[in-house]
Amino acid sequence: MATITINGEAREVSADPSMPLLWVLRDVLGLTGTKYGCGIAQCGACTVHLDGTPVRSCSVPLSAVGSKRVTTIEGLSPDGTDAVQQAWVELQVPQCGYCQSGQIMSAVALITAKPNPTDADIDQAMNGNICRCGTYQRIRAAIHRAAEIKRG
Amino acid sequence: MTATTFSRRDFVRIGVAAGGGLMVFGCGPSTGGAPAGPAGPFAPNPFIRLDPNGTVTVFAKHLEMGQGTYTGLATLIAEEMDADWSKIVVEGAPNDTEKYKNLAFGMMGTGGSSAIANSWEQHRKAGATARAVLLAAAAKQWGVSAGELTTEPGEVVHAKSNRRASYATLAGLAATLAAPAEVPLKDPKDFRYIGKPGQAQRPDAKPKSTGRATFTQDVKLDGLLTAVVAHPPLFGAKVKSFDAAKAKAVPGVTEVVQIPTGVAVLGINFWAAKNGRDALTVEWDTAEANTAGTAEIMAEFRELAGKPGREVRKVGDAEQALSGAAKTVEASYEFPFLAHACMEPMNCVVQLKPDSAELWYGAQFQTPDGGAIAAFTGLKPEQIRINMLYAGGSFGRRANGKSDFVMEAVTIAKAINGSAPVKLVWTREDDTASGYFRPAFLHRVRGGLDGSGNPVAWSHRVVGPSITAGTPLDSPDGNDQAVHEGVSDHPYDVPNIFVDVHQPKSGVPVQWWRSVGHTHTAFAVEMFVDEMARAAGKDPLEFRRALLGKDPRRLAVLNLAAEKAGWGTPLPAGRARGIAVHKSFATYVAEVAEVSLVGGKPKVHRVVCAVDCGIAVNPDVIAAQMESGIAYGLGAALYGQIAVERGKVVSTNFDKYRVLRMAEMPAVEVHIMPSTEQPTGVGEPGLPPIGPAVANALVALTGKPVRRAPLV
Repeated sequence: MATITINGEAREVSADPSMPLLWVLRDVLGLTGTKYGCGIAQCGACTVHLDGTPVRSCSVPLSAVGSKRVTTIEGLSPDGTDAVQQAWVELQVPQCGYCQSGQIMSAVALITAKPNPTDADIDQAMNGNICRCGTYQRIRAAIHRAAEIKRG
Repeated sequence: MTATTFSRRDFVRIGVAAGGGLMVFGCGPSTGGAPAGPAGPFAPNPFIRLDPNGTVTVFAKHLEMGQGTYTGLATLIAEEMDADWSKIVVEGAPNDTEKYKNLAFGMMGTGGSSAIANSWEQHRKAGATARAVLLAAAAKQWGVSAGELTTEPGEVVHAKSNRRASYATLAGLAATLAAPAEVPLKDPKDFRYIGKPGQAQRPDAKPKSTGRATFTQDVKLDGLLTAVVAHPPLFGAKVKSFDAAKAKAVPGVTEVVQIPTGVAVLGINFWAAKNGRDALTVEWDTAEANTAGTAEIMAEFRELAGKPGREVRKVGDAEQALSGAAKTVEASYEFPFLAHACMEPMNCVVQLKPDSAELWYGAQFQTPDGGAIAAFTGLKPEQIRINMLYAGGSFGRRANGKSDFVMEAVTIAKAINGSAPVKLVWTREDDTASGYFRPAFLHRVRGGLDGSGNPVAWSHRVVGPSITAGTPLDSPDGNDQAVHEGVSDHPYDVPNIFVDVHQPKSGVPVQWWRSVGHTHTAFAVEMFVDEMARAAGKDPLEFRRALLGKDPRRLAVLNLAAEKAGWGTPLPAGRARGIAVHKSFATYVAEVAEVSLVGGKPKVHRVVCAVDCGIAVNPDVIAAQMESGIAYGLGAALYGQIAVERGKVVSTNFDKYRVLRMAEMPAVEVHIMPSTEQPTGVGEPGLPPIGPAVANALVALTGKPVRRAPLV
């Protein structure tokens, strides 16, 4: 039995310590907003935050989580009002939507670290998140817009 | 799975039979018939339900896989119903071919960029009918003539007495009234939503930005087991024997069962099932398996390209014109296998009971899937319920002629005698190695020019497998349009044209892939036009213009894209433009790409796109689909290729099957041609021109011919 902190809440988890955090979230805790895409940290669909840093949860075993705080898409805001989520809706970013939880988690980490990101910052921070619908142009615009919303 | 051997006619028959039993399951929409009581919801037809709280639920007959069809279908209804967009909710319709068939297919299914085109009249009439009944209800309630009433979004207005009634308050009464048989449709000048940017926003944008949208893998059912399957290493191989001891020793594994497509390991979660699968020992019978790799397949295509094939187009005498031409041009173009690589790998949830089957998945081909399930289980079509969920992309993959991943889930459920609901999950590697690729193709093209540089001959041979061969969708003469569409109807006004095809059998499973035949035919045709223009010493835009006089809509998008891109104006040093135009699914798209070389590799900076899809229903969705088709097509053109070695797929994950990423996305500008023509599709047509536009820019930049994809 491990205790991990997810979205500000301590949760007791009974699972194989080698089970990737992704499957702990989805199959053990029922937090299905985080998606499986590739299993080898190539696509970013499973991105969550560990102590605010974006990680690919498909490649982080439960045993490596320890006392680090886990934030998932469900923990970003209670009602979709995080600046990045607002910008995503305003600019109509999602198409199929499957990658967007991961995109949003990467984008939130980016504008937290760099409140005014350049296009080059976006290229670098977002290059690990694949979108097969090709929403990249709108993601770029939405990150700039979210930064603007956050600055107020 | 190869169990589906019924004919195309059977499709329709099964589909119609499936229409009867929807309400058996008790959770479908109220679909008209006997009027509901005064308190009940108002459901004048299978597409609309107005609840007493004012919510208007639109039942979408098409799969939302990213292309925006939920938005588009709801827009058509909301427009004519004069519904309040903020009260619109869209749900996937249940499988019922009679009510929800694609009018272009005659069966329930999504594809061919056909959703808006086939629903244009049907859905507007559905909305207009609902509005007419609401007007009649208000007229009855107020004791006035319906002719004195008008509507504003979500309410009926009687201007004379300054009275208003929300649709919510009229739902009960409306449910007791009969719907008129004929209803007038709006004059387009009165549209509130159709063609209005920013008005009908995507209803799925927020759930998809909060992690709350439900995809197949997110379905929760009591006792649900996850299944992961050991698939054969080669296409056509079968299980000879297997040892499940180590798999069963993995904690959380509950069952190991043999199925026609391999060995399935079931567990209490994905991790248990996958570890169990990886611990299996399976011996495969490869006697019937494909052992050809991409190298052998392309060698076979090259040999065939030297031999005459089946004639599919003949105008004049191309051979004679070639022999008399002042100048000839010849090129062969090779295109690789491509995987769809949807972000959401194939998966399916099924609950099998003695007298029913219920499924949850991103269902794209309900009628054939339902037919395959009925044939295998012996259930009656009306005992099968398919819940259509959001799909995490498809690009054609989920419309499988053999219902492959759906039937895999059903055979697993059957193998455990329906003792638990089953969630089949394919890993990324399972998904890519399952095949059903865009086929590899080879085009051999020869052209002739007269002394003034005008084209006099075009002879074109296409070599590549049929997609429909061996499926119920095969045409009686085996002539698969997907092999040559876009070539056999290319618009260039050349006096002598000949097109023939070879359709070699493929040991690698193939399928439609976003824009189907146009994925390769536009590439070959538009690169060859540029090669002819160069040989003639003419500008590629001018060369095309001179050959498109009989195709004004195509010429118009070509001109619009060229104008907006500043064709002919100076570019920064080291940058060049390429242009291409193509019509697919009745939509015309032209694109101009600006390309440079960075470290010797192409970098695409900007793409200007002009699209004519008739009346623009949702301008922002159209723009999004052009951006999407360009991104998907650009990734394939630059990097996409599935390598098969000795029959084994080696590019099975994103580390070996490269796709477009953020830093490679160009700035895309979309210009929509104003039109009063019937709307046509946008999910696919943005794709075909991007590959040749980039390739043509690359040739302009380097002077070296491009003869294969991918370009990198």
